[in-house]
Amino acid sequence: MTAKPPTPRAVKHVQAPGGHPARVEIRDLRVAYAGRDVVSGVRLLARDGEIVGLVGPNGSGKSSVLRCVYRHLRPSGGTVLLDGTELAALSPAESARRVAALPQERGGGSELSVRDVVAMGRVPHQRAFAAENTADRAAVDDALARTSLTALAGRRFDALSGGERQRVLLARAFAQRARVLVLDEPTNHLDLRHQTEVLALLRAERRTTLICLHDLNAAAALCDRLHVLHRGAVVASGAPREVLTPGLLAEVFGIRAVVVEHPLTGGPLIAMDHTAAPAHRERGRDGADRGAPA
Amino acid sequence: MALLSARRPRKPGRQGPAGPPGRAARLRSPGVLAVLLVVALLAALTAAVSFGSTSIPPQEVWSVVGRRIAGRAPRPGTDDLIVWQLRVPRALLAALVGAGLGVVGAGVQALVRNPLADPYLLGVSNGATLGAVAAIVLGAGGGGLLGLGLSGAAFAGALGSFLLVWLAARRGGGFSPLRLVLAGVAIGQFLSGLTSCLVLRAGDEQQTRGVLFWLMGSLGGATWDLLVVPSVVVPAGLVLLLARARALNALAAGDETAAALGVAVGRLRRELFLVTSLLTGVLVAVSGAIGFVGLMVPHVCRLLVGGDHRRLLPLSALTGAVLLVVVDLICRTAVDTQELPAGVVTSLLGAPALLLLLDRRLERP
Repeated sequence: MTAKPPTPRAVKHVQAPGGHPARVEIRDLRVAYAGRDVVSGVRLLARDGEIVGLVGPNGSGKSSVLRCVYRHLRPSGGTVLLDGTELAALSPAESARRVAALPQERGGGSELSVRDVVAMGRVPHQRAFAAENTADRAAVDDALARTSLTALAGRRFDALSGGERQRVLLARAFAQRARVLVLDEPTNHLDLRHQTEVLALLRAERRTTLICLHDLNAAAALCDRLHVLHRGAVVASGAPREVLTPGLLAEVFGIRAVVVEHPLTGGPLIAMDHTAAPAHRERGRDGADRGAPA
Repeated sequence: MALLSARRPRKPGRQGPAGPPGRAARLRSPGVLAVLLVVALLAALTAAVSFGSTSIPPQEVWSVVGRRIAGRAPRPGTDDLIVWQLRVPRALLAALVGAGLGVVGAGVQALVRNPLADPYLLGVSNGATLGAVAAIVLGAGGGGLLGLGLSGAAFAGALGSFLLVWLAARRGGGFSPLRLVLAGVAIGQFLSGLTSCLVLRAGDEQQTRGVLFWLMGSLGGATWDLLVVPSVVVPAGLVLLLARARALNALAAGDETAAALGVAVGRLRRELFLVTSLLTGVLVAVSGAIGFVGLMVPHVCRLLVGGDHRRLLPLSALTGAVLLVVVDLICRTAVDTQELPAGVVTSLLGAPALLLLLDRRLERP
């Protein structure tokens, strides 16, 4: 794949629609799969323009929380508030105009071009039978440019590499022009250069963002605040530096690590001992392994 | 046709000695394809009405049709009878059924997110067949069951099987593709078992032949009266699905993606299941279960114009219409003494055509 070199472009910053603050508040969220709570009592708040990270081991409930925000899951309890309005009170299209997502699922549809897939981000804005209008085209062009995909616009989505596809799906979320972004592992499958590029892009966007990341160092560098999830509950919240402590890393992630000052950025840097045996074996109350929900 | 000309980035043309770059891309442009298909449909309809045991020249065909449409008195003679009473309704029925099968095929493939799905996957045709066979075997002289007539009995059977699959597949207000397919296949098998019992009970060879013909599908029963319901239902189904074309695109990407794009996934699946089932029921009721069209036509169209349902649905309708008009013409004229069932011809012609296209597809980047 000959991807266009990722040159950071001077793109005119597009103001999120409405322009007024977007604030996401999650209150006492509970999600149950097959009678078992995978998320219980999660509370979190993302203020206007804040990037809030959700971190935690596999099966800790991160994705389930995000799915309730982009309305793939209906909470079993609690509420998600968007600027004080209950999300459930909005029509699906209305909430998709306010919340754009990169879901965990990475499908782009069948037999579509890159541009077609990005243009799908305009679905919540379009009426049945209406053709693509100027605003739609502008949003799609802009999203393609910001993810350095303009050169690939005519290519078939299925024929791209995993990393390129991921950028296309991110562009689809940008084209949605929502004030809130919900991103489930947006740097998965990306090479290091594109990972940094995506993080820089999100920092530049300055939209209210809820993001799940496995890479704790990336999360620490990107997020204003982190919430650490463990067994469906938030066990720590705050600035990355306060939250990511050796004790928590051992307790929640089962790793041996120290947190040092990053020699380049001055931020926290987690240095993990990859040779150490897992510090903890996670066991539920009944003694069985706490498996990750599907 | 405004929908078809929706902006679409031009694909980079194929380079090479085969032709000037961009030519292939231009031929695949949805607008051009639509015009070509409309012309092909008119030509196929004309041919279907011209050819047969008695050949009638095309200009005579159009003059008869012109007189009838203008409301003038038909010229006396057999041409008017053959053209207007026999062949025109039959050709139109073939076009409507073909269009319907193409549209439903695309719809069901989106509903269960599986390109191998066809309109008969969800058991509707098995119910319709049971109804029709019951009417043939139990009804007096192949006439009616409870006064419904063959088509009525078939549609009643289709509705019955649709309700059974709906009840078996629903869970928590939504249908997962897997549950739908499993419920459809299970109930379809059960109903076709019942059909086989009935066929074994069939009184004489005449009845068995009638049943067999029904199973393989035929447009031989066409009359103007039979055209009324499909001529309303097929366009209505196309419009209903087209209104959801963008949501169907999102659904093809996945349930999570569709939800994130503001599609009410549960509701969309219920609507799709209802619309495709009713449409299939009507089609099977008027023509039997003609196989392969609903599977192949959306595939061919996807290869030509891509997976965007705004283009896929109308082109599937046109392609299905052209295909079935031609198929029915072959059915009537290929063998001198006897008419072939439509399903036989669609399978014999369709399978190699699809394989050929798949092969060509692999060459594309």
